[in-house]
Amino acid sequence: MARMTMIESIRDAHFVSMEADDAVVVFGEDVGHFGGVFRCTQGLQERFGKHRCFDAPISELGIVGAAIGMAANGLRPCVEIQFADYMYPAYDQIVSEAARIRHRSVGDFTVPMTIRMPTGGGIYGGQTHSQSPEALFTHVSGLKTVVPSTPYDAKGLLLASIEDNDPVIFLEPKRLYNGPFDGHYDRPVVPWSKHESAEVPEGHYTVPLGKAVVRRPGADVTVLAYGTMVYVALAAAEESGIDAEVIDLRTLIPLDTELIIESVKKTGRCIVVHEATRTSGFGAELAAIVQEEAFFHLEAPIRRVTGWDTPYPHAQEWDYFPGPDRVRAVMSDVMEV
Amino acid sequence: MDDSPRLKIPEPRFKPGDDPDFSGIEIPAPGDTRRPDVDAEPREMRDLADGLIRVLGDDNKATGPWQSELTATQLLKGLTDMMRVREFDRRMMAAQRQGKTSFYMQCTGEEAISCAFRTAMADTDMNFPTYRQQGLLIAHGYPLVDMMNQVYSNEEDPIKGRQLPIMYSSREHGFFTISGNLATQFIQAVGWAMAASIKGENHIAAGWIGDGATAESDFHSAMVFASTFQAPVVLNIVNNQWAISSPQSLARGRADTFAVKGIGFGIPALRVDGNDYLACHSVALWALERARRGLGPTLIEWVTYRTAAHSSSDDPSAYRPPNEAANWPLGDPIERLADHLIELGEWSIEQHQDLADQIEEEVRVAQAEAESHGTLHEGPKPTRDIFEGVYEKIPPHLQKQRDLLEGMTWRE
Ligand SMILES: Cc1ncc(C[n+]2csc(CCOP(=O)(O)OP(=O)(O)O)c2C)c(N)n1
Ligand SMILES: [Mg+2]
Repeated sequence: MARMTMIESIRDAHFVSMEADDAVVVFGEDVGHFGGVFRCTQGLQERFGKHRCFDAPISELGIVGAAIGMAANGLRPCVEIQFADYMYPAYDQIVSEAARIRHRSVGDFTVPMTIRMPTGGGIYGGQTHSQSPEALFTHVSGLKTVVPSTPYDAKGLLLASIEDNDPVIFLEPKRLYNGPFDGHYDRPVVPWSKHESAEVPEGHYTVPLGKAVVRRPGADVTVLAYGTMVYVALAAAEESGIDAEVIDLRTLIPLDTELIIESVKKTGRCIVVHEATRTSGFGAELAAIVQEEAFFHLEAPIRRVTGWDTPYPHAQEWDYFPGPDRVRAVMSDVMEV
Repeated sequence: MDDSPRLKIPEPRFKPGDDPDFSGIEIPAPGDTRRPDVDAEPREMRDLADGLIRVLGDDNKATGPWQSELTATQLLKGLTDMMRVREFDRRMMAAQRQGKTSFYMQCTGEEAISCAFRTAMADTDMNFPTYRQQGLLIAHGYPLVDMMNQVYSNEEDPIKGRQLPIMYSSREHGFFTISGNLATQFIQAVGWAMAASIKGENHIAAGWIGDGATAESDFHSAMVFASTFQAPVVLNIVNNQWAISSPQSLARGRADTFAVKGIGFGIPALRVDGNDYLACHSVALWALERARRGLGPTLIEWVTYRTAAHSSSDDPSAYRPPNEAANWPLGDPIERLADHLIELGEWSIEQHQDLADQIEEEVRVAQAEAESHGTLHEGPKPTRDIFEGVYEKIPPHLQKQRDLLEGMTWRE
């Protein structure tokens, strides 16, 4: 089996889906001949022609709005927003249109569409190339929201998203594009080629939407994470000596509540980790669900480790980023309760 | 205050209490606005964005290069469609006033545009309408009872009470589900048309937008995409002079017309007398043929007047003189087409009255049937399952919420 970076596995998913289904079309800013600023669509135009993969004008509203019209007319667009930070011009089309067209027309029209966008920081991207807007999507009924953390999952989840008959927001943690990242920014970069979750099968397979996975079994505390934070949580667990169970959510909506609750009932403790700002973040939802469903199993308050409620800074990136030290500190806290 | 430049805050032409005098508006005669070949280059048609395409003159005769080839029978169908729309609006507005539904919007004075346009389209084409194009459904034979069921959100409502009255949806009748968010449909129409081209199907999309809503970014995105990809789409601006209480100048800015906005995008732009059924039909055919021949998009500004209030919630006496509609220089589309048919010797006042009576009866019967299925507040609800169809399959968290609602004892 080949080892791939997340960029390569995302690209591979595009090839597999476009090969299998003529209805799949790909467009976005610079995605055609150039293959996208992160190269996730490289080679598609050459292989499938300019009608299946093409550059769009710099109008996120236009990209998503046009994709909705295409999806309503039988295509299965998979569009790229160059950075999640630039999705706001398209937000009305996503929230008021894509998410609601099936419901408001009682299935007369549907929007099978995937919107990919690189998300998260840790690349010195400053406030306009680092945001994690997942909670702005999970708050909207009618959308599915996916965040892969490995090359294997990225391919399988993207294929599942494209084949899904509802609009899917596919958030790609850009800090994971070229290798796993545990938040130790001062250490050498680990490439995917050294990592076994970079083993990506050829051809078609899917990772189902709505299924989380235990990345590290443990008995002491459940850590809920997704995207880059999965590796941060794993590092914190190893370094602290605390036997944490790290769950990678993979899909935020639909959420694998069952797996989460089962784990918390076992460990009796829960920490929620995300890179996005704290207030009204997805962590708040997770904490609420856990206390609703497992309150009497809890031995300590549920804690959040998140980005601060500030814009994502440039030079002070690591002050913002909820790295392994912060996760470790909170782990020790909850173990002392 | 010093003499530094000040902002211009647009004002309507007339306010309540003014005598609306439109004599300053220049209305070209039919024949004054030329008809280019369908395959002419956009740059060769720029003058049309400042013109006003008309066929029916003040003498009720059809003249000029845009004269249509509609037969008397086809014209009568147009007249019937428009009269049906108006009567439908009248009855539904009255039903709203009687408390049988929450809300209603009429298109009085604008019937020619959607009725003529739909008649010029093919069955495989798709409209992305606003809330003021009920004529697209009625002219295509969509059952009045189904429309009323939607307006009443009753047990037979095709969209199960999920949307405000008049937000119809019918793929079968080439009518995309209406959004309450202005302008979103304009770019979606371009996407639908692009998909048709990608699939190699010669189907056309028509986008619709009001004068006020052209200020939204969606309008500009649609123009960029339509122009860049030369999508087979007809982009329609219905300039009915008002956007609730805002005059059309608020969205138009210092551009002379809405049509000229097409010029910068390299999209041929036509400006049409929207109260002239013959001109509407002829221009619709021209633009649809252009799209069907792969010659790209067309922008059309339909000049008309919103005779009725914006909606059942609006009171126009607060912002415009009551006789503005009566003084509007382009007249009434139904009267003008009837007068033309009379002029042709194909119609008479008696026949017109008979047709009006017949339509009144038809709409009354439809209303009785619709009300037998209930109204907003009376009779069974369409369904109480609001969870169905949020997603293709109900995910666990929604199923849980559905069970919660089902289990609530206050529900009958
Ligand atoms: C995005 C958005 N903003 C505001 C409104 C409220 N609104 C509904 S209709 C309307 C006026 C629209 O005027 P116009 O586009 O000229 O269409 P008309 O009603 O005249 O047909 C406004 C402001 C809305 N529905 N959606
Ligand atoms: Mg208007």
